Amino acid sequence: MSDTKPDLELDLRGLLCPMPMVKVSQNISKVPVGGTVRAVATDAGSMADIPAWAKSTGNEVVQAEKVGSEYVFLVKRVK
Amino acid sequence: MTPDVAQAMEQVNAVASAPDDRRKKISMVVMSGDMDKLFGAFIIGTGAAAMGMEVTMFFTFWGLRALKRADAKTGTTFFGKMMGLMYGGGIEKASPSKFSFGGMGRWMFGKMMGAHNVATLPQLRDLAIDLGINMYGCQMSMDVMEIPQESFVKGVKDPVGVGFFIAEAQESQVTLFI
Repeated sequence: MSDTKPDLELDLRGLLCPMPMVKVSQNISKVPVGGTVRAVATDAGSMADIPAWAKSTGNEVVQAEKVGSEYVFLVKRVK
Repeated sequence: MTPDVAQAMEQVNAVASAPDDRRKKISMVVMSGDMDKLFGAFIIGTGAAAMGMEVTMFFTFWGLRALKRADAKTGTTFFGKMMGLMYGGGIEKASPSKFSFGGMGRWMFGKMMGAHNVATLPQLRDLAIDLGINMYGCQMSMDVMEIPQESFVKGVKDPVGVGFFIAEAQESQVTLFI
């Protein structure tokens, strides 16, 4: 677990493919380069999609874990 | 190797090893007007746009329905008007390719997708426009089916032909036919 406070919190609960990834993509530019977005989703597919999105767009997934029935991501804006 | 050749080779190598900063690209032909296939097309399109790709969607024949406004009236000749009547309406009138049941299927799938909180087709199309996806109607099928550009929603680009699509596809890393 990362202790740093994220620059932006995103509630993606209830959203299904492709929306969790689209929302992360639309919101990443709202934080400065080096800043982080913490996103909480319930779509199990986002566990694969958000890391794939990060790889494709050159951003970094600092944390991706299942907490109970939710999936918590900490994404760092790299560029 | 003469100095000239060596220099030329150096240039070639520099170009060859230069990182390709151009955006990756996906080009799709959307021929189907079925609800399920349009879902596939728009989910892939919006997903690719979110992943930073440049997206081109080329709508032809039944796929043109996906671009139409709900209130669009199409057709000029007798057959064109008949088609507009029988196959009228916009993207919200798309029925699933299986279990259509004369409109019941659309209602049922709509209910099921709503219960699972999936975005609707009109929402996905609006999102596609917001994300800057390039959407084009095929001029030839627009002419044949008598569906003018004016019947499309805002954000759809001017009609193009197969040459344009192939040129786009040639530059694309991913191409799909739906």
